Amino acid sequence: MANQNNAEIIQEKLHPMEDILRMDRMPHIWCSGCGLGSAVTTFAEGLNKAGISYDKTAIVSGIGCTGRVAGYLRLDSYHTTHGRAIPFATGLKLANRDLTVVVFSGDGDLFAIGGNHLIHAARRNVDINVICVNNFIYGMTGGQNAPTTPLGAYSSTAPFGNYEMPFNLVGVAAASGAAYVARWTTMHARRLTDSIAEAAKKKGFCFIEIVSPCATVFARKNRGGTGLDLLKEFGSRSVIDHKADPTKIPLEMNNDIVCGVFVNDDKPTFWENVQAGIKSQVEKYSNWEELQSNSKKTHYKKIHKYTASRDS
Amino acid sequence: MRYWDKPFGKEKPKTICGEIYIIPDRCKGCSFCIEYCPRDVLELSEDFNKKGYHPPVVAKPDRCTFCGLCEMICPDFAIFVTEKEE
Amino acid sequence: MYRDSRLHGEFFMQGDIACAEGAVAAGCRFFGGYPITPASEIAERMAMRLPLLDGVFIQYEDEIASMAGILGASWAGVKSMTATSGPGISLMNENIGLGMMMETPCVVVNVQRGSPSTGLPTSWGQSDMMQARWGSHGDYGSISLCPNSPQEFFDLTITAFNFSEKYRLPVFLMADALVGHMTEKVIIPPVEELNIINRRYTNKKTNEYLPYEYGEDLIPDFAKAGDGYRYHTTGLTHDKRGYPDMSFECQNECVPRLVNKIKTHIDDISLIEERDIEGADVIVVSYGISSRTALPAIEMAKKKGIKVGYLRLITVWPFPEEKIRELAKNVAGFVVPELNLGQVALEVERCACKNAMTKCVPHPGGGIHKFEDIVQVIEEVAHGKSK
Repeated sequence: MANQNNAEIIQEKLHPMEDILRMDRMPHIWCSGCGLGSAVTTFAEGLNKAGISYDKTAIVSGIGCTGRVAGYLRLDSYHTTHGRAIPFATGLKLANRDLTVVVFSGDGDLFAIGGNHLIHAARRNVDINVICVNNFIYGMTGGQNAPTTPLGAYSSTAPFGNYEMPFNLVGVAAASGAAYVARWTTMHARRLTDSIAEAAKKKGFCFIEIVSPCATVFARKNRGGTGLDLLKEFGSRSVIDHKADPTKIPLEMNNDIVCGVFVNDDKPTFWENVQAGIKSQVEKYSNWEELQSNSKKTHYKKIHKYTASRDS
Repeated sequence: MRYWDKPFGKEKPKTICGEIYIIPDRCKGCSFCIEYCPRDVLELSEDFNKKGYHPPVVAKPDRCTFCGLCEMICPDFAIFVTEKEE
Repeated sequence: MYRDSRLHGEFFMQGDIACAEGAVAAGCRFFGGYPITPASEIAERMAMRLPLLDGVFIQYEDEIASMAGILGASWAGVKSMTATSGPGISLMNENIGLGMMMETPCVVVNVQRGSPSTGLPTSWGQSDMMQARWGSHGDYGSISLCPNSPQEFFDLTITAFNFSEKYRLPVFLMADALVGHMTEKVIIPPVEELNIINRRYTNKKTNEYLPYEYGEDLIPDFAKAGDGYRYHTTGLTHDKRGYPDMSFECQNECVPRLVNKIKTHIDDISLIEERDIEGADVIVVSYGISSRTALPAIEMAKKKGIKVGYLRLITVWPFPEEKIRELAKNVAGFVVPELNLGQVALEVERCACKNAMTKCVPHPGGGIHKFEDIVQVIEEVAHGKSK
């Protein structure tokens, strides 16, 4: 048992996550009552559970509150430009297929400016894991409207209430062809850990939406409570239904937050498709010169064999 | 008639108990751990930490069952629990 | 599979294909691109070549993704490249800035076309030269190479990879649609005869390595993802550990080095071809395709009795300021024919300053200069006439 007087005991025992966190950057910048720290804890636990080596994991994030996750995790971490974490991660994964590449970014980063990249990466079924923390607002820049802000919610760029229909993130991911689609809130800590472990081991594009409270901006502008009040409200509104159709479960101000693992398919990944294509062509020709001359465009004609003197 | 009056093997069922460690200076007073502890082990302390927040304090240590939820849900990595050695 | 498929010999080859072959010869094994006239052929050739060499070709959904993708591949330790034209570079600029800040080696080929905006897709120009230097926001050093023939397109692709690996930044290869689509003789030597430079990996232990610690040459050592170094790198202003730091000291430490690492090595980077510079009265400074139209114009001017020298900038950025300043003391003036309305001419003028006159021979693109126009300007400069 410990209380404030047990400083000596605390020195001997370290928090179990200290080897995966960049302790020289603690305490982190996230607000009191923000769900991001919980998301990071569950992520680290999930990786542990999946048995994935920390040395072979790379994490890529974009810009925003969630984008700061890369800076606090002691993995090969890349903090890239706004919205472009997914193509960066695709390049990283395809160049070194032994890595487990995770994209950890926010709803605005992945679905507003980065929306195109997300749907194409899902379409290609690149083997990366995308964890999108949805706090319904642009937190870092002070509370502007996000593509997930519910209709009628207030934000700094919607002072008369949001007038746009929000995106249903799991619906978009599932419709784009992701192999694994799940939604949880930060309250579902254990289920989230299991989900992340499942996604990390799974081949293909895995998408997990984590609904998280934003204490400083969204809660203040809309619910008038603390981060805890918002989290309790999410908890009371959440319903677990793995059989739900992901395209039919939007998140509005007051409806049920349907959580669960909605899509868990086995599809060939981008790289597997590439390899299958090469194999089918290679089997037809005995050497590459023959393959080339049979391709429709060669754009060059060989005239001589190489001679050492370049001036001839 | 003979009745078994004791369960096999043990005198008393063994319950798992957890030892809770709190790092007060990292805490930001969000109260997630207090709210989500299923056994009401924690409560808000009266004291302040360095940043002016009220960190939690273990009020009922014997009720802890080492479920680990406080450790998982804490956003600031300020609380963790280990299994209490008998 | 065909891992040993090397192309070597003498070929009658298109410029874009020569570029792709140069990249493959230099060891590029990742290409992320998006189709755009006139650079699509590079992508098509790479799509053909890379998969059989255990490389990766991916056609991304846009140029922004292409640039982000090649940065990611470079951090995994693979040499990477993208090829696009003017509109694509405009889109890529934010991520080019990211590549500069994170110090990522990669090559960006800009096969210039008529600009601005959609411009002349099937015609050529040289109007993206300033964009190659100042395109992305902020201060950073930039390297741009300009080939003027398919053979040079092949050679300079290898040089571009060498510079990018050595100096850790995205290097621009500023060709134009004419050089890209021209078919000429290209001699490709066997790989053993090529000079290939690779990035310098760190040999420090995992707990001692700092991603942005540098020595005298101002270039940090590289560590790729998956090697256990677990470093952090960011586009925010960062300190030696790679962690963001919002102070003036950190900005002062981080950003001037990006400019200085190119400035201090300018002797290695600046490649120039010169002919008849000694005793010349007028020097024609050109680069890329307009250097080939300058040559006959120079011959015509020489027949009129003017002593004309020829200076071809193979490396346009960093601009060879010292060279121009020195030459300016001995000549009457510089003539800069270029397929734009005066971009590199501004640099020449800045360096020549009061010592020599600088006259541009502008051309909006879509064609090549008429020799008579260049000769006329040479005459004006030789006889000291100013506008």
